[in-house]
Amino acid sequence: MKLQPARYRLEVRVTPRAGLLDPPGKAIYQALHALGYVEVADVRVGKAIALEIDAASEEAARARAEEMCRKLLANPVTEDFEIVHSDNAPAAGDHR
Amino acid sequence: MRVVVVRFPGSNCDQDCHRAVELAGGRARYVWHRDRDLGDPDAVILPGGFSYGDYLRAGAIARFSPAMEDVVRFARNGGPVLGICNGFQIACEAGLLPGALIRNRTLRFHSFDQHLRVESADTMWTSAYESGRVLSMPVAHGEGNYEADPRTLERLEGEGRVVFRYVDLRGQASEESNPNGSARSIAGIVNEGGNVMGLMPHPDRAMETVLGSVDGQGIFQSLATHVSPVDTR
Repeated sequence: MKLQPARYRLEVRVTPRAGLLDPPGKAIYQALHALGYVEVADVRVGKAIALEIDAASEEAARARAEEMCRKLLANPVTEDFEIVHSDNAPAAGDHR
Repeated sequence: MRVVVVRFPGSNCDQDCHRAVELAGGRARYVWHRDRDLGDPDAVILPGGFSYGDYLRAGAIARFSPAMEDVVRFARNGGPVLGICNGFQIACEAGLLPGALIRNRTLRFHSFDQHLRVESADTMWTSAYESGRVLSMPVAHGEGNYEADPRTLERLEGEGRVVFRYVDLRGQASEESNPNGSARSIAGIVNEGGNVMGLMPHPDRAMETVLGSVDGQGIFQSLATHVSPVDTR
């Protein structure tokens, strides 16, 4: 019997590398301060990329996601990435 | 000179580049990003535009197109490759040039004429200029803010690979004359071999008096001289 792969939902967070200029983050920081939220010490703006991956295990799904980050999803010069969330509950639209 | 201009979905300076090559006495040919018929050109141009809508990051998806595999091989074998604007972003994403281009520090799309200084006339792309000459060319980008780690920047400077810098009318580089926040006001660089150049300003849009500037001609003339020194003597 063939092992049925499960669908894993992973979220990849891509953020501008610390220390590097983050113009959108800076603009939002200034806007928050202008609104009186002076307690905000830093703002960085990145992307959240939701992936649904069919894999034999969560470990395998994560390994593939990490490879995707290195290859395409994050720029190694300017960005860091983190795979922050995982669950293998049936994904939306998965009607198998 | 025979030059290939690669067209990506979203390229919008492909015709400008084609015309620029022909104005410099060369023959230009388009290659669609899905095709693998680079042929045997003397040089390749990655034109400006918004390849793949700039989705994810400018240039990030274009670099994986079939034509780019051939372009990378061509460049690794010493073939001249010129990346203008989005083409510069694609060349960085493809690893042909170091560093990356992030959002302009103003958060605005820039579209104006910009002064540049020729930092090195000692490349195949700039031999028609004199070092220190101040040029005017249009810029048209939202992500032209050149960034690289400090060691890479030191190397670029030390090896004379910063080819163009943003300056003011008098040729001075300062915070005010740096439109987009680029590290060290860098507007254009070459790779280690000098055969790949990327720049954010548009020499292809500064080729004829009617366009307001002819300062871009030198790049195409330099390339023509490099590929066929006899013809231009």
